Amino acid sequence: MKSAIRTRRPLALAVAALVGLPLAISGCGTTASASSTDAVKEISVMDYYNNEPDKSFIGDALTACGTKAGVTIKRETVPGKSLISKVLQQSSSKTLPDVLMLDNPDLQQIAATGALAPLSDFNISTTDFAPGVLSAGTYKDKVYGLAPTVNTIALFYNKDILAKAGVTPPTTWDELKAAATKLTSGEQYGLAFNANPTYEGTWQFLPVMWSNGGDEKNIDTPETAQALQLWTDLVKDGSVSSSALNWTQADVKDQFMAGKAAMMVNGPWQIPALDKNAALHYGVVKIPVRDASQTAVAPLGGEVWTVPQTGNKARQAKAAEVVACMNSDENQMAMAKSRNTIPSKTTLAAKFATDNPKLATFTDLIKTARARTGELGEGWPAQATKIYTAIQTALTGKASPADALKQAQDQ
Amino acid sequence: MSLTTDLSQAKSQATSRATLRAKARAKSGSNATPPGEANQSPRRRSRKRRERIFQWLFLVPAVIYMALFFGYPVVKNVVMSFQDYTTTTFFTGEAPWVGLANYAKVLSSSLFSTSLLNTALFTIGSILGQFVIGLALAIFFQRKFPLNGILRSLLLLPWLLPLIVSSAVWRWILDKDSGALNRFLGELHIVNTGVPWLTSTSLALIAVVGVNIWIGIPFNLTILYGGLQEIPDELYEAGSLDGATGWKAFRHITWPMLRPVVSVVLVLGVVYTLKVLDIILGLTNGGPANSTQTIATQSYDLSFHEFKFGEGAALGNVLVVISLVFAVLYLRASRRSVDE
Repeated sequence: MKSAIRTRRPLALAVAALVGLPLAISGCGTTASASSTDAVKEISVMDYYNNEPDKSFIGDALTACGTKAGVTIKRETVPGKSLISKVLQQSSSKTLPDVLMLDNPDLQQIAATGALAPLSDFNISTTDFAPGVLSAGTYKDKVYGLAPTVNTIALFYNKDILAKAGVTPPTTWDELKAAATKLTSGEQYGLAFNANPTYEGTWQFLPVMWSNGGDEKNIDTPETAQALQLWTDLVKDGSVSSSALNWTQADVKDQFMAGKAAMMVNGPWQIPALDKNAALHYGVVKIPVRDASQTAVAPLGGEVWTVPQTGNKARQAKAAEVVACMNSDENQMAMAKSRNTIPSKTTLAAKFATDNPKLATFTDLIKTARARTGELGEGWPAQATKIYTAIQTALTGKASPADALKQAQDQ
Repeated sequence: MSLTTDLSQAKSQATSRATLRAKARAKSGSNATPPGEANQSPRRRSRKRRERIFQWLFLVPAVIYMALFFGYPVVKNVVMSFQDYTTTTFFTGEAPWVGLANYAKVLSSSLFSTSLLNTALFTIGSILGQFVIGLALAIFFQRKFPLNGILRSLLLLPWLLPLIVSSAVWRWILDKDSGALNRFLGELHIVNTGVPWLTSTSLALIAVVGVNIWIGIPFNLTILYGGLQEIPDELYEAGSLDGATGWKAFRHITWPMLRPVVSVVLVLGVVYTLKVLDIILGLTNGGPANSTQTIATQSYDLSFHEFKFGEGAALGNVLVVISLVFAVLYLRASRRSVDE
């Protein structure tokens, strides 16, 4: 008992020190950010293009835009996986960068926190952008982010293998199933896609789900069940390796490049890798639809540039100039060409398609492409989890596609 | 439970000591001041007090460190688990209280029982494999033979590799179609078709446990080898005179002498294994169809993929409580080994 009384005073001292320390730290933070109201010389930028060649393409564009706005760019690139945790950290410590890049399905999540400034505050024009691009960048009727270029996924096929087997690129599900079966022999699978338990697995399933009239709001519908039945059939009859349950999109590309898959579902960002192998002749078509009368609806991919609420109006204005410049016509065209992506403005896309026939399929798909967060906004991550859970349940044979979707939806 | 019994014991001892002192005081007469304290001069008392302050000052850095890097995160996590903590909270700092709603939601989710079972199977399987193989190797390396040192240091390799690297390599090895393991088994005509190590709901957990055993062997080997070195050779010499060699020597000399080390290795192993995250994420992402989903991976998913930080924290706390049980066991085990 005696010792307890002895300890009390130093303990109080320690507690006081502990309480004082964070206060002192936060005190320093506020004084530093409030001071710079005069001419802005430097703008901080954060993005996740941490690999070449994208790192340089984006870096060069940013530098040029900075020069145009009269500021130098202090850029930080972080790995894609850690971007969101970094953004959340920074938003709680009030150290967000002046210009922030976000993957488009994350935009609404971050905009909902109040950390971003609507681009209308800076009179940035949003005309002519493809509807999918705007819906990805919009939260509660205000545009918070714009993507200079966008992408989606389609069906790549190995021209040599298909010609040898006398198979033409499929356009409907029946043709896809028949082609995939015919192209499967020995170590070679007819088709490769990824159905892993991450958002990537969901993303690759969206084209068949959406084209068939399925909707993410409620996945327990016959349309979505039909789509999942297609995925399940392809794995069950062996034309897609069951490894799809664990593959990433990069793995899928490796299978295709090694000639172990005659066709694959993938995006245009794989083109530089595919082109490195001169012996590989490939073509790209839209992902087949169930009925020839249906239109292919593809999911929209790409990164949007935003202006966070840093509390410094002068810096925000400069940041907005940089974001507007990144989305200028010249930059859209230049970045689309160098990065194998599609300009997000519709008039530019049309011109781009004629100049770059190799990307024509993707350019065509972007016109009708749908943003993942278009309907659900911040509710998308939860529903995307349900979708990949259902895919995994059905592909492993734990439940029929319809039951798997019902279970996931009800969870 | 063990904690409470300890506390009550200590309390009862303290009270009995107090009553004794009171009795002694009563005996010494009406003078209320204890004899010892009356003799102390004020100067001596102040010096003693200064000394005490200095003692505390030495403790302050450690206390601050502990409070900042251990206390704060734990408290924060507990607080978070009672809040509706979303991405918005990071910006606005507002997190409404929701009481036990997060716990109710997490514990009643159909995934929880799967994760709990997987966590148990993963932990038991990993520990069993790591320990048995680690002990066998430790005993093997007790013998003197050429290349002993080099081989032993090579066995540390899995420990030195970053977990992300090991899991990426194992993902290739275990691939169904072109993985090295299936090639090898195919050459030996043990299997004809590719075994879906990571994509079958019945095999994936076994494969993940296997990889985790591979990673955990060096830790078990090193600690157990150290423990074996501590056992004096004389015991084996004396034992061999009495006819205790081989298995008998192990059972009657090695095992009893190694017991304290074993309990430490096992308990630390359990705590380390319960929280394994990177290996599972790297190998299977919790799939296929949640067959390798553990409480750790599910908590990570909830917090960092679905942005439900409150629910993630609640599930994390469940894991902390489970680990705590083993941590208490560890403390008791190590205290006992000190007493011995």
